[in-house]
Amino acid sequence: MDRSALVEMTGISVAFGPVQALQSVDLRLHPGEVHALMGENGAGKSTLIKTLTGVHPVDAGEIRVRGEPVAFAGPAAAQAAGISTVYQEVNLCPNLSVGENLLLGREPRRAGRIDWRGVRRRAAEVLGRLHLDVDPSSPLGAHSIALQQLVAIARAVEVEARVLVLDEPTSSLDASEVAELFRVVRRLRESGVAILFVSHFIEQVFEISDRMTVLRNGRLVGEYATADISRRQLVSAMVGRELEVLEQLDRAPAEPAADAEPPVLAATGLGRRGAIEPVDLAVRPGEVVGLAGLLGSGRTELARLLFGADRADTGELTVGGRPVRLRTPRAAIDAGIAFSPEDRKAEGVVADLSVRANIVLAMQASRGWMRRIPRRKQDELARRWIELLDIRPADPDALLGNLSGGNQQKVLLARWLITQPRLLILDEPTRGIDVGAKAQIQALVAEQAREGTAVVFISAELDEVVRLSDRVLVLRDRRPVAQLAGEDVELDRVMELIATGGGARA
Amino acid sequence: MRDLLRRPVWPLVALLLLNLAVMPSFFAVRLQDGRLYGSLIDILHNGAPLALAALGMTLVIATRGIDLSVGTVVAISGAVACTWIASSPDPASPGTALTGIGLALALAAALGAWNGFLVARLGIQPIIATLVLMTAGRGLAQLVTDGQIITVNNGFFAGISGSALLAVPLTVVVAAAVYALVALVTRRTALGTLVEAVGINPEASRLAGVRSQSIVWTVYVFAALCAAVAGLMISSNVNAADANNAGLWLELDAILAVVIGGTSLAGGRYSIAGTLLGALTIQTLTTTIYSVGIPPEVSLVFKALVVILVFLAQAPKVRALMRRRRRRRDDAPPPAATAVPAETAGSGR
Repeated sequence: MDRSALVEMTGISVAFGPVQALQSVDLRLHPGEVHALMGENGAGKSTLIKTLTGVHPVDAGEIRVRGEPVAFAGPAAAQAAGISTVYQEVNLCPNLSVGENLLLGREPRRAGRIDWRGVRRRAAEVLGRLHLDVDPSSPLGAHSIALQQLVAIARAVEVEARVLVLDEPTSSLDASEVAELFRVVRRLRESGVAILFVSHFIEQVFEISDRMTVLRNGRLVGEYATADISRRQLVSAMVGRELEVLEQLDRAPAEPAADAEPPVLAATGLGRRGAIEPVDLAVRPGEVVGLAGLLGSGRTELARLLFGADRADTGELTVGGRPVRLRTPRAAIDAGIAFSPEDRKAEGVVADLSVRANIVLAMQASRGWMRRIPRRKQDELARRWIELLDIRPADPDALLGNLSGGNQQKVLLARWLITQPRLLILDEPTRGIDVGAKAQIQALVAEQAREGTAVVFISAELDEVVRLSDRVLVLRDRRPVAQLAGEDVELDRVMELIATGGGARA
Repeated sequence: MRDLLRRPVWPLVALLLLNLAVMPSFFAVRLQDGRLYGSLIDILHNGAPLALAALGMTLVIATRGIDLSVGTVVAISGAVACTWIASSPDPASPGTALTGIGLALALAAALGAWNGFLVARLGIQPIIATLVLMTAGRGLAQLVTDGQIITVNNGFFAGISGSALLAVPLTVVVAAAVYALVALVTRRTALGTLVEAVGINPEASRLAGVRSQSIVWTVYVFAALCAAVAGLMISSNVNAADANNAGLWLELDAILAVVIGGTSLAGGRYSIAGTLLGALTIQTLTTTIYSVGIPPEVSLVFKALVVILVFLAQAPKVRALMRRRRRRRDDAPPPAATAVPAETAGSGR
């Protein structure tokens, strides 16, 4: 046994029904260290975290904290043992104050009543320890997501946490917010807390972590010191195959003659008050148009207008040269437009239906309920697309809600690709999914374009937008800033336009 | 045993066995004047209105909705049919009865469309939207009957509940036919899947091009039609329309039947067979109260106890507890899926 380990998990196995989520996995956390847990979607990271935090019981294996074997009956028991968790989505109450959130459920009391002055004092103390300059009496909802995240961390460490689990804490933060978060994480590390850090962002992992554990398909690949492993080694440990899929996608730019063809979709002055200022945009067959901009720049809002998910209040749209009014998604689908929304869980996934039913949903919807797709055809479509997109598990009867994020995304892509759309709008199709699936999806987009589909591609990862797009529309503060084409589609240019709006150029 | 507990069959079986113990002739069925008679036939006959109301409710609940106006629509449909028959110049003719039935169904469809309009079009929460009709509709029924109990004497109308087809009471035939039709339609078309999709994730369904509004609209109209047929059965049974009491609280029994049948009130996956079982269970329970001779003043308490028992037995926590006890008794611990104790954790390696 390793004397210095604060938490030692050995031989952890967990099964959900027939699915073996974890098989004999080890994990050690040391005080004063940031330990990254790495793996593709479906590798078992979340399951492992949940066994550590008492959410899932283990089928086999042992968890020791400070050398003592423990069996957590629930999250509260884990917390009592000094293990605190901050999840990806902030699980706090935005209508309460920062201080109330920090101490919710463990407010200092005096004579059976909450001692509000004590709450404020204790909250200020905790915030001060992390060097966070926030007024404890301000409502939590008034602050940015990043700050709410930091408050969640402060809450987690307020209980004298010895182990802090951070599950994808940075996925909705921008660069400066990430820096702020890391400053807090480092401070906690110095104070001797063991930190388990889960993230898809490889650069961040290398920046913050001291050690990492890599999982693949529910099994342990290995534990590495961050200093001893290269990015390439890490990625191949996670993906488990040589990285041909990750090779640079060399997309030939769209045929210059494309101008002769009418655009699949053309928007003139398309806008919606409060969402996006009027935009001109044309997408031709076989062309990938990227929408680049920060979160809240209006990229999602524009995509929703193009699909009729929201109604435009100004401007005109033509599809294949003919003017149309897209009042509903249904009208857009009938015009050959497909849309994979940003918020997969809320707007895409029908969790309690099977993978098969989800794949055929859009096609079935456009046929109407009277004309059911024959079962054999459904099976054939599901099998073909599961294989084509490498969806795992390769079981058409699995409920979609049980699949990992990346595999859910592939199912949603399959849902639209079987309808053979003329225009494919993809809003963040690669967000929160692992390297392997990401590369597969990028390759798929390139292939669709090669086959003549027009694509509108949105991603927060600018290098991805730049790599895939023939043209890029840059958005900033809900306004179109510039359109780049050909040689001009370049990461630096896009970043500069996003940063300055083009005003500071020249 | 575990499978039996998971399916909602056992309460029905248990109730039937209890009846058999009290009254050995309980399962006897005899043929008389071309119609079957017996306690089991009575359960089916008396349970038909509830089974129909619960069927409509199942689809509504599957779309994340609920329809509180079912009982009221029962009263309205009986009131409209009986008032029409009673006030017509030829109150005994089949034609008059048919027109009255047609009017009742048409009005019910309109009321269902109203519910659908509030829920699907205006986006009002279903419980509020249908509460409007639940309360206001009784007033409408009283307006139709002028506050009186309307009695009719029409052989055709009485035949809805009094006649038999191939010895089977017509009520049972009608209910069975509607169940078969819905099972067929939802399975053979994509309606079942689309209803579930809308119930599980309305926004995702909309963005996938599902016409959620018309689906929601349709299920409310269907639920109202089911309630109207139930109302015709009930008023035909007594040859009268009682605007105050007909179908009173029927919506709650219908919801109960759906839930006993295993359909979640959160919407999504539903089970038509489960609802049928649920409705029969509730009706059998009512029959049991009479046959076992439970005093009327404690009959509701008895009903409540049975319902609580059924739900407890279906609750995942209780089931897990029973499994664990059984395993301990069996003295052969298999690799536990839910248990955490260290001794079983070690045995897996």
